[in-house]
Amino acid sequence: MLVPVSYNIRNLVVRRTTTLMTALGVGLTVSVLVGIGTLVEGLRTSLEVGGDPLNLIVMRQGSTAELVSVVSKEDFEQLKFAPGIATNGGEPLISHEVLTVVNLPLRTDPESVSNITLRGLSPVGTRMRPGVRLTEGRWFETGRREVTVGKAVNAKRAGTSVGDMLYFGRGDWEVVGVFETDQGAFNSEIWADGNLAAADLGRGSMRSSILVRAQDEVAAKALTSLVADDQRLTLEAERESEYYAKQMVSAGPVQGLGALIAVIMAVGSCFAAMNTMFAAVANRAREVGILRLLGFSRVSILTSFMLESLLLSLVGGLLGCLMVAPLHGFEGRIGNFTTFAETSFQFQLTPQYVVGGMVFAAVMGVVGGFIPSWLAARKSVLGSLGAV
Amino acid sequence: MSASFAVELRGVLKEYVRAEYSVRALDNISLDIKAGEFFCLMGPSGSGKSTLLHLVAGIDKPTDGRVSVLGQDLSELTDRELAHWRSENIGYVFQTFNLIPVLTALENVELPLLLTGLRRKDRLQRARTALGVVGLADRLDHRPQQLSGGQEQRVAIARALVTDPSIILADEPTGELDAAAADDVLSILKILNERHGKTIIMVTHDPRARSYARKSSYLDKGLLGPMPGEA
Repeated sequence: MLVPVSYNIRNLVVRRTTTLMTALGVGLTVSVLVGIGTLVEGLRTSLEVGGDPLNLIVMRQGSTAELVSVVSKEDFEQLKFAPGIATNGGEPLISHEVLTVVNLPLRTDPESVSNITLRGLSPVGTRMRPGVRLTEGRWFETGRREVTVGKAVNAKRAGTSVGDMLYFGRGDWEVVGVFETDQGAFNSEIWADGNLAAADLGRGSMRSSILVRAQDEVAAKALTSLVADDQRLTLEAERESEYYAKQMVSAGPVQGLGALIAVIMAVGSCFAAMNTMFAAVANRAREVGILRLLGFSRVSILTSFMLESLLLSLVGGLLGCLMVAPLHGFEGRIGNFTTFAETSFQFQLTPQYVVGGMVFAAVMGVVGGFIPSWLAARKSVLGSLGAV
Repeated sequence: MSASFAVELRGVLKEYVRAEYSVRALDNISLDIKAGEFFCLMGPSGSGKSTLLHLVAGIDKPTDGRVSVLGQDLSELTDRELAHWRSENIGYVFQTFNLIPVLTALENVELPLLLTGLRRKDRLQRARTALGVVGLADRLDHRPQQLSGGQEQRVAIARALVTDPSIILADEPTGELDAAAADDVLSILKILNERHGKTIIMVTHDPRARSYARKSSYLDKGLLGPMPGEA
């Protein structure tokens, strides 16, 4: 039979200052781990939503990003009428796109300038991203020096409100609208007419990539093979979703550093929990003796103190999750090592990370509490009572 | 070994061995205490009184000799069996009460019943009854620090008797109490002995406490003998 849990809970309450300080230590550790998790999850969601499963991105062989890829007009024309490409009203869903970056300052800090992705595309390219919708103004018109900006760009970057003028290439471009996607990477882009943008940037007939929509899964595989096998093209195709998933590499260093800090802090928190439990065991040695005298077994004592350590760390875990909770939905930005541009995302605190944080806290409690609990259980009744 | 004896000690020796020296706490003690007896053991500090009580409770082992309680040779039991046996047969009252400070009087008394397999409702009923027996039916939800010393000791007695053990061991039960509270506690022990047939073994310095017992012995330097002046 186990010692009642109320005994442990009340002891934690009685030693509330020690309990709170230890729980806070555990909580900070959990908050680092879960906080990094919310960042990674937010970035992952952002990049996942950025890709349609039937969309293929075609780039120059060996290119890791659209920004460093070159695809000619001739290549585009060859591919345009390949079998398996989806159509809309007889028009093939294929878009020849140019990518570059433009420097824009923050609205709040004009000195802080970052690379923002500028995508030149055709109206078909716009329609090929069905998750994208206008929230303000209108779409850019073909042949006019107009841009439509993503929601995140509009929110953070100066000169991106509807009616503002942006300067890049050979002159000014008018902001005529704002679009958004469901947390997609496109929110961090500026879109303009592809032909005009390419001309302005001095690209001639060269673009960066081709976006093509396959009719179905089988067609997507066939198109991928066709692009790879055609010796004239020297291009390669991959799923748009996979392309964006690869960009998760940007989160790698942050994730690794966060995990390292969390592990180092966890060692400290384990010792804090251990110290607290050692103090608890020392202060309650006589109580342990009484419980043993009444007939409670060593296993009951061990379990009781382990449970107390576990409760302590779970309180810490809960504190840690509460500390991170305000981050949920908060908009963040990170430099994308693949596109060399900024990617916006929203921190996402998911149930999985909350559970993970609580499990992490529990592990700290169990590891930190074991030795003191074991020593408490190991003592003889008389030793605990202080009679010998 | 006769079952009419609650406790039988035969040639019991207890030595505490340290690195530099050894202390003989009990020296070849043989003692019989009848079932239903109120036995008082007196003697100066360090004479071995508490050690003898620990051996009877099975929380210490003799260096030599045999300890039988209620017909059970305690040396035959493992630690786990001893813990179970103790929870069923022995109630223990300390000088310093030793209640769990974070639990209420009712919860302190309920503690030993957690090992019995009784349902919660029955456990609480029995704990209330035990507290009623010691006159604390109106202090069920009080924590130890909200009680006087005498009341704390009465709670400790209720905890000792709640499992209905045959033997109650009391180690200086009045040592921390004023005269009035000590009388209350001793009266309760006497009632438990006379009306409920409990075997009481009490260790004390207090000559007044001895007057409540029906039989007494004197322990000095580990040797058992008659009370001084009664030889």
